Amino acid sequence: MATSADALLRVEDLRTYFELDAGTLRAVDGVSFTLSSGRVLCIVGESGSGKSATALSIMRLIDPPGRIVGGRVLFKEQDLTRLSEREMETLRGNRIGMVFQNPMTSLDPSFRIGEQIAETLITHERIAQAEARRRATDLLRLVGIPDAERRYDDYPHQFSGGMRQRVLIAAAIACKPDVLIADEPTTALDVTIQAQILRLLADLQRRLGSAMVLITHDLGVVAAMADDVLVMYAGRVVELADVDTIFHAPKHPYTWGLLQSLVRLEDSRDTPLQPIAGAPPNLIDLPPGCPFRPRCSHAVERCATDEPPLRAIGNGHQVACHLAATL
Amino acid sequence: MTQPLLQVTDLTKAFPVKGRAFFGRAAPTLKAVDGISFTLTCGETLGLVGESGCGKSTTARLILRLVEPTGGSIQLDGRDLLGCAGEELRALRREMQIVFQDPLSSLNPRMSVGTNLAEPLRFHRVGTRRERRDEARRMLEVVGLQPHEFDRFPHELSGGQCQRLAIARALVLKPKLIIFDEPVSALDVSIRAQILKLLLDLQQRFGLTYIFISHDLSVVKRVSDRIAVMYLGRVVEIADSARLHAEPHHPYTRSLLQAIPLPDPRLKRIGDYALLEGDLPSPANPPSGCRFHTRCVHRMPRCSAEEPQLREVAAGHLASCFLYQ
Repeated sequence: MATSADALLRVEDLRTYFELDAGTLRAVDGVSFTLSSGRVLCIVGESGSGKSATALSIMRLIDPPGRIVGGRVLFKEQDLTRLSEREMETLRGNRIGMVFQNPMTSLDPSFRIGEQIAETLITHERIAQAEARRRATDLLRLVGIPDAERRYDDYPHQFSGGMRQRVLIAAAIACKPDVLIADEPTTALDVTIQAQILRLLADLQRRLGSAMVLITHDLGVVAAMADDVLVMYAGRVVELADVDTIFHAPKHPYTWGLLQSLVRLEDSRDTPLQPIAGAPPNLIDLPPGCPFRPRCSHAVERCATDEPPLRAIGNGHQVACHLAATL
Repeated sequence: MTQPLLQVTDLTKAFPVKGRAFFGRAAPTLKAVDGISFTLTCGETLGLVGESGCGKSTTARLILRLVEPTGGSIQLDGRDLLGCAGEELRALRREMQIVFQDPLSSLNPRMSVGTNLAEPLRFHRVGTRRERRDEARRMLEVVGLQPHEFDRFPHELSGGQCQRLAIARALVLKPKLIIFDEPVSALDVSIRAQILKLLLDLQQRFGLTYIFISHDLSVVKRVSDRIAVMYLGRVVEIADSARLHAEPHHPYTRSLLQAIPLPDPRLKRIGDYALLEGDLPSPANPPSGCRFHTRCVHRMPRCSAEEPQLREVAAGHLASCFLYQ
């Protein structure tokens, strides 16, 4: 696990709240983690757990009624929450690259594929048109677009979903970012295409030596890609450890529940299904105590009153559970 | 052998696409489903898997006659589904229901949960108003919703509860066949297993026959007795689900199985995946010969010239590949 010395990105007690008519929705509520260069950190959780809001907060892309209300995001020791919007723009897409789930909404339908990548290069590196075109074509080739010179002039609608996602990845890595943030980059893709895109991301990350934050709800993707895993529930980090520990020695009852509820390829018709009872909580009226308590089969009295803090239990493993030492 | 509940023979759906007939050439069409056949016995679950554009959802809509086929036949309980109309079709439709990925698409947002449940009964003129409401209450309980949800509205329910409601609505007419089209794909992992469990319990309890459509082979394998793998409008392999997993024959089935990310870092990391080359070809312009030949590592010269037929490779196991013919 990362020590603070080689930390590239350090998130400390990040809080992002949304002021809604119904009350304050605490989408991200005290998230901390460290990412060092060359590592892949997967953030896993269900819808509403705050994983995407965490990524958007790091990029400062939270729109009202959402707001970062506390905490720090240290990128190379510079606090991103304190930068002006203009300073942020020079970092975004340059030092920190982003890939989102839906490639159709992230690409401008009225611009040629190649130009969208060249644009990023021109903005951030102030290079000439011809040079930008040459490098954008190289990037298209690098991400596996066949016949890249010709396809440079195509429009997004002429590309398949997998090819569009490759284009977005090319744009995200154009300036060789230090950190790549990918939010469900393969969720909309077919499984054979998903494998291609994940391999591409892993190869590029290794080649560029950059660090990656990969957000996914798919534990199969986590197992394939992660060095470290952060499990989120109700806007909080409930467990953080290296990938092998998360899958083979998890300590939080929610992480166990997630792993047990998985339908695995080797399951037969007789394998019992073990769902987690209940549903994720409403983040507006969160009761006191541990947010997972209503669904937890191990809960004891104090779980209803005291919220367990995230505690280190050795080897970089952190758990937010009162029973972590005994379970 | 008992008579199958559903018999689909050479089912085809060609959608017209842009362009027109030209010097005796037929107008261009997109064959979303191109001559597929299968049978389904009572109480059985058939899984349909494949990637986008393979025709699995069109197949579901053809069976329900939500889309009119351009060829082939469908028999439900020995009756010719495509030959009937009017009252007869209405009666047959009661016996087949569908549950979609997005439950809200089959629910009326302006009706309460209870009214939504009673609506199919009203449409088919079953019972009195009172009886319909009682039946709706009973169904609510059957799918694990609380009695107090009866007067709420669909948008007030969570994703999992909404899917329970859609399932209840499909069940209320006591159908024989239910088609599930990606019923758990939009749900969170922890809720997914709850719904799958419910589906299996209901099948046991009411002796239902299912067609289960999903792109997720792990889920399909868990709930199905047999699985049909589709690629660009064709069934390329069909087998008992345990056998399909243990001994996949068609190279596409193998690629599909190999591409599934396994939730265990000790089994497989991204570098260990055998990648399938290339993109899915457009269904409007499928490759000649075997439709999979453009991405197949075993392709032979004849694969681009002739189309392999679905042949038995073992008892009850069919595959369409020249490697086995």
